[in-house]
Amino acid sequence: MVEETLSAEEPKAAELKETLKVEDLHVYFHTAAGAVKAVNGVSFSLKSGERFGLVGESGSGKSTIALSLLRLIKPPGKIEGGHVFLNGTDLVTLTEEQMRRKRLDEIALVAQGAMNSLNPVRRIRDQFILAYKDHDIDVKRSGLEERIGDLLTRVGLNREVANMFPHELSGGMKQRVCIALAISLSPSVIIADEPTSALDVVVQWQVMDTLRSVQEDLGASVILIGHDMGLMAQFVDRLGVMYAGKLVEIATVRDMFGDPLHPYGQMLIASLPSLESRKARLEGIPGITPSLLNPPSGCPFHTRCPKVMDHCSSVTPILQEVRPDHWVACHLYEEA
Amino acid sequence: MPALIEAKNVTKIFGGGLLDKSRTVALKDFSFQIDSENPSVTSIVGESGSGKTTLARMLLGLAAPTEGEVLYNGKNLEKLSGSDRRQFLRDVQVIFQDPFEVYNPFYRIDHVLETPIKNFRLADTEKGRRDLMIESLEAVGIRPEEILGRFPHELSGGQRQRIMVARALLLRPKLIIADEPVSMVDASLRATILGSLLRLNREFGISLIYITHDLTTAFQVSEDIMVLYRGSLAEAGDVDQVVRHPEHPYTRLLVGSIPLPDPDLPWEGERAIGRPAGELGVQGDEYCQFHDRCPYAMPMCVQTHPPLFHTHPNRVTSCYLYRESPELPMPQMTSIFKSSNREGPPEETEQLDALDAELEVSQENSSTPTSADD
Ligand SMILES: Nc1ncnc2c1ncn2[C@@H]1O[C@H](COP(=O)(O)OP(=O)(O)OP(=O)(O)O)[C@@H](O)[C@H]1O
Ligand SMILES: Nc1ncnc2c1ncn2[C@@H]1O[C@H](COP(=O)(O)OP(=O)(O)O)[C@@H](O)[C@H]1O
Ligand code: SF4
Ligand code: SF4
Ligand SMILES: [Mg+2]
Ligand SMILES: [Mg+2]
Repeated sequence: MVEETLSAEEPKAAELKETLKVEDLHVYFHTAAGAVKAVNGVSFSLKSGERFGLVGESGSGKSTIALSLLRLIKPPGKIEGGHVFLNGTDLVTLTEEQMRRKRLDEIALVAQGAMNSLNPVRRIRDQFILAYKDHDIDVKRSGLEERIGDLLTRVGLNREVANMFPHELSGGMKQRVCIALAISLSPSVIIADEPTSALDVVVQWQVMDTLRSVQEDLGASVILIGHDMGLMAQFVDRLGVMYAGKLVEIATVRDMFGDPLHPYGQMLIASLPSLESRKARLEGIPGITPSLLNPPSGCPFHTRCPKVMDHCSSVTPILQEVRPDHWVACHLYEEA
Repeated sequence: MPALIEAKNVTKIFGGGLLDKSRTVALKDFSFQIDSENPSVTSIVGESGSGKTTLARMLLGLAAPTEGEVLYNGKNLEKLSGSDRRQFLRDVQVIFQDPFEVYNPFYRIDHVLETPIKNFRLADTEKGRRDLMIESLEAVGIRPEEILGRFPHELSGGQRQRIMVARALLLRPKLIIADEPVSMVDASLRATILGSLLRLNREFGISLIYITHDLTTAFQVSEDIMVLYRGSLAEAGDVDQVVRHPEHPYTRLLVGSIPLPDPDLPWEGERAIGRPAGELGVQGDEYCQFHDRCPYAMPMCVQTHPPLFHTHPNRVTSCYLYRESPELPMPQMTSIFKSSNREGPPEETEQLDALDAELEVSQENSSTPTSADD
């Protein structure tokens, strides 16, 4: 049922290569104070084998997107609208049962803080078995041992790690276990939500090197979520910048770092620390992240934008391709 | 004049005797002091588990050293009299990684600030209390009316962390120890929070110990840096020299592994996980902690722990590659710091001008959200 109707029209080559296509996704959390519009109309796509980064302030909706792509959003959260096409199937319309089969099999998540949520009283082997059971995967003992061992070696760990408890592993090793879990069924999309923020740079490099090599082996696409612009510059092909529940800019890393267009993207790039000189400005982006309960009207950045214009507070700019492969949601780039 | 706070040859061991498997030497023979006259900014960097928090806890009197002692104004921290202890609790403040844990979700933010004012009787009247709160909040760039009366979950991570800075400032301490204060926030907030801390140093003469696993921010905020590796000091001194021209093989690896925010620069790291145990014939527990990963390891590296070699006027390195340089006894380590050798305040950088500009903008912006035309 996955190979649905590719019949009537020949799909365009570009569409064929898209592993994942997110269209106008809305995800709200219904709290006592009202609906928190955590993801408020997000669209992007991911080509096969591509590494895509998602950055943005704390609370801008990155993890919510990650969870929504796997339909793991729990009440009071709810996907209010939009589509998530994975290899042609709209995940939003699947039944819970159908969705369960997609997880791990076609799309897998290394969640934010995953390495700290390994069950402390279970051996690593059992963590795999538990995860497989969760996903309704047949866990007959034969062959399983072998398979877990293979997965562990694939992420650069010893087979013996299967017998160990989480507290016997370093942070970097735990994070590799989480990656091994995620690639168990060779998914075509791997989402990694801040996989290395708690690790020092040496271990970070090792974990990212591992992720890159398994991704290349599998030919999978990766969505990397994080705050570390250095890591993004070194790891991803394209970068999406979130602001207050919306994607405000999408570009190749080279364009994003070399020539950011959205005023928020520009300030983000300008605030990067450097090792060149200590005289670098220690400067954050002034002002406060807008409330997602009552997002500002018009452009969400207008309360902090140094280039704000009259109509920015009333008219919402839409994400448009203003240069090849460079998308921006800002009135500065609209044709008159 | 004794140092404000001094660690003298402190060692902290967790777990039992030599044969106990769970025995961990969290920090080994470490000495360090903070001058009371000369406000400084010092960072402590190291990977997770390298002993940073253990050191902070000992400096705060929250953990007792297994060997050595911690002195406050020349007196042993564990034996302070009541009034000295009270003064210590004011003089040395701490800021931890996750500010959310410090807050009680059922109390308004005001409570976090009122508590120290009451405990230390900083003001007698309601108005006096309020003025103090307002003054501290403004010093960290927060408009009081925006946060007073609100609950913790209604504030952003950066606001919560800045309120912790404001709270520390209320007591006009001489030293603030910040243990990974920005590892959970995004780059922009990180700059804002570190900016507020730096401002306290410059404007109120408060010394700062900044603990982090992030070399880049350590480089930005501090004058002197200490690099810890598995409980031992690997390298210390002038941050500019240490970060830009690292000597110790571990520091070189750290600096080399930083992913730079430029897609055209290479990112290199260490793939090998270590050399086979026993290759160098380690005996006893006196050896260089880095020997099993070090590409330059020599037999002498596993016979005795490398002492500090005084390689440059403002830096020391604990590595036998530098054995031509004179040795410097551990207790004198801080004497080579730039902060110990200057008169008056640190060199001014442009960092703070930018920060001032930012605070102004941020205050304008928040009062009139739709103005600020360009
Ligand atoms: N269970 C929940 N109930 C209510 N609001 C929530 C819930 N989970 C998330 N939110 C809100 O949704 C918004 C987006 O949160 P999300 O976790 O996606 O941010 P993020 O971009 O991943 O941030 P960070 O960089 O800090 O991880 C925030 O305003 C957050 O407070
Ligand atoms: N209360 C404790 N009991 C046992 N071991 C501890 C305790 N606190 C720290 N350790 C150990 O001491 C070492 C240093 O830890 P810590 O100072 O927390 O490092 P850092 O702050 O640099 O990450 C680690 O090996 C850690 O596991
Ligand atoms: S639309 Fe207006 S307010 Fe928004 S980023 Fe562009 S210029 Fe700034
Ligand atoms: S002392 Fe020896 S093992 Fe240690 S860092 Fe120096 S060369 Fe390497
Ligand atoms: Mg998140
Ligand atoms: Mg710590």
